[in-house]
Amino acid sequence: MTESTKLPSGKPRIETIEMRGITKRFPGVIANDKADFDIHAGEVHALLGENGAGKSTLMKILYGMYRPDEGEILLNGKPVTIASPNDSINLGIGMIHQHFMLVPTLTVAENVALGLPSSRGALTDLDRVSKRIVELASIYGLKIDPSAYVWQLSVGQQQRVEIIKALYRGAALLILDEPTAVLTPQEVDELFVIMRQMVKDGHALIFISHKLHEVVEISNRITVLRDGRRIGTRLTSETTKQDLANWMVGREIGFAPDRGKVEIGEARLKLEKVECGSDRGTPGLRGVSIEVRSGEILGIAGVSGNGQRELAEAITGLRKVTTGRVFLEGKDITNFAPGDITELNLSYIPEERMRDGMIKDFTIAENMILREHHKMPYSRMGFLNLSDISKHADELIAKFHVKTPSRETHAKNLSGGNIQKVVLAREISRNPRAIIAAQPTRGLDIGATEYVREQLLIERRKGVAVMLISEDLDEILALSDRIAVLYEGQVMDIVPRSEATPERLGLLMAGVHPEVSS
Amino acid sequence: MRSRLNALFDALLPVLATLAALGVGAVMLLILKVNPIEAYAALWDGAFGSSNAFAETLVKATPLLLVALGICISFRGDVINIGGEGQMIIGAILATWVGLTFTGLPGWLVVTISLVAGFLGGAIWGGIPGVLKAYFSVNEILSTVMMNAIAVQLMNFLLRGPMIDPSQAELASKIPQTARLLDAFRLPRLAPTRLHLGALIAVILAIAVYILLWRTTLGYRIRAVGQNPNASRYAGIKVQRYMVLALLLSGAFAGLAGATQVFGVNYRMITDGSSSGFTGSAGFNGIVAALFGQLHPLWSIPASILFGALLVGANKMQRVVQVPSALVIALNGLVVVFVVSSEILRKRRQRRRLADARQEDETPPPTESGESQIKQAETGA
Ligand SMILES: Nc1ncnc2c1ncn2[C@@H]1O[C@H](COP(=O)(O)OP(=O)(O)OP(=O)(O)O)[C@@H](O)[C@H]1O
Ligand SMILES: [Mg+2]
Repeated sequence: MTESTKLPSGKPRIETIEMRGITKRFPGVIANDKADFDIHAGEVHALLGENGAGKSTLMKILYGMYRPDEGEILLNGKPVTIASPNDSINLGIGMIHQHFMLVPTLTVAENVALGLPSSRGALTDLDRVSKRIVELASIYGLKIDPSAYVWQLSVGQQQRVEIIKALYRGAALLILDEPTAVLTPQEVDELFVIMRQMVKDGHALIFISHKLHEVVEISNRITVLRDGRRIGTRLTSETTKQDLANWMVGREIGFAPDRGKVEIGEARLKLEKVECGSDRGTPGLRGVSIEVRSGEILGIAGVSGNGQRELAEAITGLRKVTTGRVFLEGKDITNFAPGDITELNLSYIPEERMRDGMIKDFTIAENMILREHHKMPYSRMGFLNLSDISKHADELIAKFHVKTPSRETHAKNLSGGNIQKVVLAREISRNPRAIIAAQPTRGLDIGATEYVREQLLIERRKGVAVMLISEDLDEILALSDRIAVLYEGQVMDIVPRSEATPERLGLLMAGVHPEVSS
Repeated sequence: MRSRLNALFDALLPVLATLAALGVGAVMLLILKVNPIEAYAALWDGAFGSSNAFAETLVKATPLLLVALGICISFRGDVINIGGEGQMIIGAILATWVGLTFTGLPGWLVVTISLVAGFLGGAIWGGIPGVLKAYFSVNEILSTVMMNAIAVQLMNFLLRGPMIDPSQAELASKIPQTARLLDAFRLPRLAPTRLHLGALIAVILAIAVYILLWRTTLGYRIRAVGQNPNASRYAGIKVQRYMVLALLLSGAFAGLAGATQVFGVNYRMITDGSSSGFTGSAGFNGIVAALFGQLHPLWSIPASILFGALLVGANKMQRVVQVPSALVIALNGLVVVFVVSSEILRKRRQRRRLADARQEDETPPPTESGESQIKQAETGA
């Protein structure tokens, strides 16, 4: 490790940051309760904790998005006040949010330049920005084309733009809040390469993830938060995944769910040669024919962007099917209105839950009835029945362990994982005939992940047909009875569980037919 | 503790903004060599000084409130209705036509039908831009403004021609106005002042709109569409239909405002060629009152009264301290500017505190105005 005080980007290092006794209250909750945290140059410090433990809040305080009610922050031993993200950027602190804040219609360079003073006054100096981006990219080994438009980039590449943006602004310490949640395994590996390089160069990195194997792989130290309090910090080298799980949740976690034996029945959901477009005008699905039967979980594996979203939307009526047919319990539902398909008891857990599956300025209770708001008992003769709506919300909050001060809390004030739980609770509790679950455990802590997987298995046992769309091969392999692999909008193959191995699926996901190639 | 103070500050912000505007107004008065204390005393006296003055304030507040109620609905549905003026005019025309045509029927019946006609007229005038927006992606700000222009011309045409007062038609002067309504068709007075039943209707409707927005499926859907059209589609809501409905209802309330002006105040329609000549700009000022009331129908009541007071009081001030009428208009404008800016400030403060929503969500906020008042409103729900 170099001991110079400058980073390769030319900015000064942050030797240490210490957060002491941080308390942050929101109406009805204490998000951080006298929490301590510290980090120094040249390390990856992982922050672990259940959904709602206060991880994001603590980091937003460090980044100046919230002001703590109590506590202090020391930079290189000296107290500092961070009143806004501007302050923190000036101090060399950067943050990569789980959802990127890039403007899709602008280029990489334009996005980086956005909001920065320009050397040319009112005019932006894109050439200089581009040169600097190329410079930084080569120092840190980030492959990026400054003139590419953001909408053309994959999620992983967009994340790199966010990192460049932070480095451009002189970040010595980088906070990464669940950066891997939306990445493919390969992209995670690439991110880790970049992170290792940055650490070697003297940056300090804070890494939040619910995936313990990632934490164990990349971090030097681990701090666990529970109910806003720090319950301990350990060296990664002195702990294991299982230890961490027990430590975090406070109980044993079983990693292999019990599948049990289920009678497989008739085809509940059936697609015949379905084709549809994608948002970019390119074909989204190309002649997809699959069926999901009662009592079966059909896993849909594939690298994201190969038609998963289109598949779910074509079935649920949110996207126009151009040719082919979709059947639900034998009934042709091709291009039905989404509401009519909902009426037939098809549940859908969309991948982008914040955007497509809930209304962030509605209360939890209001969100819980999103799909049934017009039906008895929630609505009578056009009037909302508040007492039944409240009862329903309270039941689901308890059943799915949604951490919230009350059912009247606005959805946007929940932690990331708890927002997911609201959607899951609503869709699973509708007594569906079939469920389409897209990335159902993304962003959930291990306890909640276990719970949701169990729920899907319970539904399957009840005879529900479950389509599980997931990028997590472990999840697909653990839950599915059969696995269909999507590649460029086509089904490469459908493999029964007994014949599915990560290797075989991996090849199919890359568009290679193992039989043909061997 | 701090959050309490913050909330209090936010709630008082519009009031503080009004005071600040009056402060700037005081400077302008000083420049005109007028004693601001004397001027503002006159303003107060004009608005609240006697029961007549207060009644006058309420009379002015009535159309503001009705328009504001419509604005609460449309802005929460994320449609911006700038067409209150035109909707008022069309509502008034339809109501007046009913009142002048069915002279043989009992008064209560004609008044009722007329108000309904006003409601429908406004609904049509709001519904058209609604359909254009929902099904043809025509920007509703542009189309509602255009509809204002059309309504004014239509009014001028009708009042100079087909609907002109027969007695005026014979005169050379030809004042563009309709005949006077029968005395039996006037909205009843509530006190020995000019205060009429319309004020009471407006207050009852404010409660009704509150119930509509937070206690009915329709309101749930309008708010859902306003907040997140994606999720609304997923919820099975026909997004376009509710966009139209939001604008249509919004227009309906403005139309009713127009009708109550005719049946409660003027007893006829008269035009000076402009829209404000008939509406007194209530179609625009109602928007400000609604924003002032945080897009909440119940808060819109005091907000409308405040603006009504300002309008009435300023008249008196003008008479007492002899300032040009331009100053009165400027004072009104100052309050609007300050209130709108305070709204932006409030939002920024809120965003600072609740900044989390920003990075956890990539969808843009629905509208500048529709977005964050919901918090305020729903805690009252
Ligand atoms: N803006 C806010 N207003 C009100 N409550 C909030 C706000 N932000 C967070 N909270 C509450 O603070 C607690 C901690 O939330 P935080 O987002 O820090 O959790 P987290 O550890 O990041 O969880 P996750 O793993 O689910 O992302 C939660 O109970 C949440 O409801
Ligand atoms: Mg979080």
